Amino acid sequence: MLIISGRRARRRIALVAAALTAASVLAGCGSDDAGGSGGAGTAADLDAALEEGGTITYWTWTPSAEAQVAAFEDQYPNVEVKLVNAGTGNDHYTKLQNAIKAGSGGPDVAQVEYKALPQFALPGDLIDLRQYGFDEFEADYTPSTWASVQAGEGLYGLPQDSGPMALFYNQEVFDEHKLEVPKTWDGYVEAARTIKKENPSQCITNDSGDPGFTTSMIWQAGGTPFQADGEKVTIDLQDEGTQKWTGVWNQLIEDELVCTIPGWTEEWYKALGDGTIASIGLGAWAPGVFEQSVPDGAGKWRAAPMPTYDGQPATAENGGSTQSVLEQSKNPALAAAFVRWLNHEEGVEPFLESGGFPATVADLEDPAFVDKKLDYFGGQQVNQVLTDAATQVVEGWQYLPYQLYADTIYGDTVGKSYQTHTALEGGLTAWQEALVKYGNEQGFSVN
Amino acid sequence: MSTSPLAPRRSPMLTVLMALFLLYTLVPLAWLVLSATKTQDDLFSSPGLWVGDEFAFFSNIRDTLTYRDGIFLRWLANTLLYVVVGAGGATLLATAAGYGLAKYRFPGRRTVFAVIIGAVAVPGTALAVPTFLMFSNMGLTNTVWAIIIPSLISPFGLYLMWVYAADAVPDELLEAARIDGAGEIRIFFTVTLRLLAPGIVTVLLFTVVSTWNNYFLPLIMLSEPKLYPLTVGLTQWSAQATGANAQPVYNLVVTGSLLTIVPLVIAFILLQRFWQSGLSAGSVKQ
Repeated sequence: MLIISGRRARRRIALVAAALTAASVLAGCGSDDAGGSGGAGTAADLDAALEEGGTITYWTWTPSAEAQVAAFEDQYPNVEVKLVNAGTGNDHYTKLQNAIKAGSGGPDVAQVEYKALPQFALPGDLIDLRQYGFDEFEADYTPSTWASVQAGEGLYGLPQDSGPMALFYNQEVFDEHKLEVPKTWDGYVEAARTIKKENPSQCITNDSGDPGFTTSMIWQAGGTPFQADGEKVTIDLQDEGTQKWTGVWNQLIEDELVCTIPGWTEEWYKALGDGTIASIGLGAWAPGVFEQSVPDGAGKWRAAPMPTYDGQPATAENGGSTQSVLEQSKNPALAAAFVRWLNHEEGVEPFLESGGFPATVADLEDPAFVDKKLDYFGGQQVNQVLTDAATQVVEGWQYLPYQLYADTIYGDTVGKSYQTHTALEGGLTAWQEALVKYGNEQGFSVN
Repeated sequence: MSTSPLAPRRSPMLTVLMALFLLYTLVPLAWLVLSATKTQDDLFSSPGLWVGDEFAFFSNIRDTLTYRDGIFLRWLANTLLYVVVGAGGATLLATAAGYGLAKYRFPGRRTVFAVIIGAVAVPGTALAVPTFLMFSNMGLTNTVWAIIIPSLISPFGLYLMWVYAADAVPDELLEAARIDGAGEIRIFFTVTLRLLAPGIVTVLLFTVVSTWNNYFLPLIMLSEPKLYPLTVGLTQWSAQATGANAQPVYNLVVTGSLLTIVPLVIAFILLQRFWQSGLSAGSVKQ
């Protein structure tokens, strides 16, 4: 019925091709960026904006947002915050990007993960909050999170949470194998071999290739593979720090010492609960996840500092978000005032109550927080380990100005090394080549 | 020399192949049904293709329907709206246009044909972003119209109706009706529609399935969860399980998915016989 033959077919194919070309031209001619006025305003405008009131829209997927918005509206009855969960992670960014391209339809305030911040900040889609005097707050946050909300010269948010990494481990499994919790990565690899030998169904950790974990691990090793200075981007996934990490991790991958269970799946939650996974390096937000979603692990898990290369404390950030004001916001002063309240004033409280890990120094030093004994972790004062980690984050890390894209192609490049149990260098080289190519196509000058 | 194509033959290889396909199709369904009977703890701790410790099917259904103030029902209603108006409208438009193109001669017919063939070849996903920008300029994003209007256009459905109408509606019948004094509109509604019924059901089935499963378009068009169809809503529940503050509700995602496919399965079973006769129509010259 649908078979078309001979000369007519060729003509039809030509017509189809013409139609396709027309469609792609259409796709290319989006409306010009309407762009805001540059978000003019000063510090004095913020309190006035709160007083005057109005409506702003806030896109986030943070579960604590509901309580935060309710508390904010109680305090400022003239302001209405329309809270929208427009999607999680990439879905959220796709919509944000579309709204920016269309010039309208975006929120006033949006959640942006640290890794995604440069991608929105550098093209000028977010408002530089220095004009409202936000640069004065620097001393109130940990240096690593403060660095994460900056891009180029500008300041594009106030840190909400932070994720200094720690090693979470299952005490029962380590006891079973008579192992101490390793302080160095060499010790970690040794422990991995012991566990695998004594019980092949268990493994020291899981890793099936996760871009966020890889970048954090390179960060911890002191690598700085991504450097951006305006339009100029340097990518070097063979630098000293990266090699330090692959030196350790290759042994785990090539000898199949890690479980290849993908994170955040049903299988992963199950493996964390039943002792299949003996330990895992995660951001300081992990205790909330364990308590909420790994009921079978209660009483078994503990936290320890991340193993390091030389035994000296050093860690990296893993995850974390900020809230930014969009350039297209019609009420940037009110939006900025909301951000200030959210991450610098009373908004921090409800966030902590929902199990978040703060970025604010005052909260990180609050004895009530630091000395809290967590039942899930056998009464361990977990926050002591985690707040220490917050001060031990290696400096100098930068994400790519197109990190979101980089993460989406990670599986096709580095992911292959995981599947074939071969050295990570091959995959990292392929990733680098693809990223250089894409960056140059996007108008960066990459080498 | 060769066996007659009409004689039924047994082929062990084909049987094995069919068995594999059957397994491939049924195992996920079995997993879904079994998993919908488990609590979240059992989902984590029991084998995928076996029952859990607790039979939680009914409590799962209850929780799915009531979680977050019953937003699942709202998503179900949205999906039904998009399907009834979108797919229904698309079928009606495709039928009228296909019939018109098959039975009337007018200038520009060949151009229309070219555009339609071209439109069949362009995947909806490729058009999603330009459509978004266009709708954004018209202020229609984040409204139900952003989903309904693009769903109304089904180039493939139109093409199918066109080909079907060319064979199924004899010109002689139309002439007879005209001689009897019937107007063109009346002919369409009283004569043509009946003759086209199997074709209409086929197109309806295609458009219903594609609108029901539509994911990418609502994903980029809608930012308000209250307007989501089931596909996007369930993905949002599923995405809750990742990252800091993760709150997995896998048991609800699984049960929701099962509930989501039930209407489609029913539609398929009810419309199947029409569909089969529709697909073979026109393949043999009488």
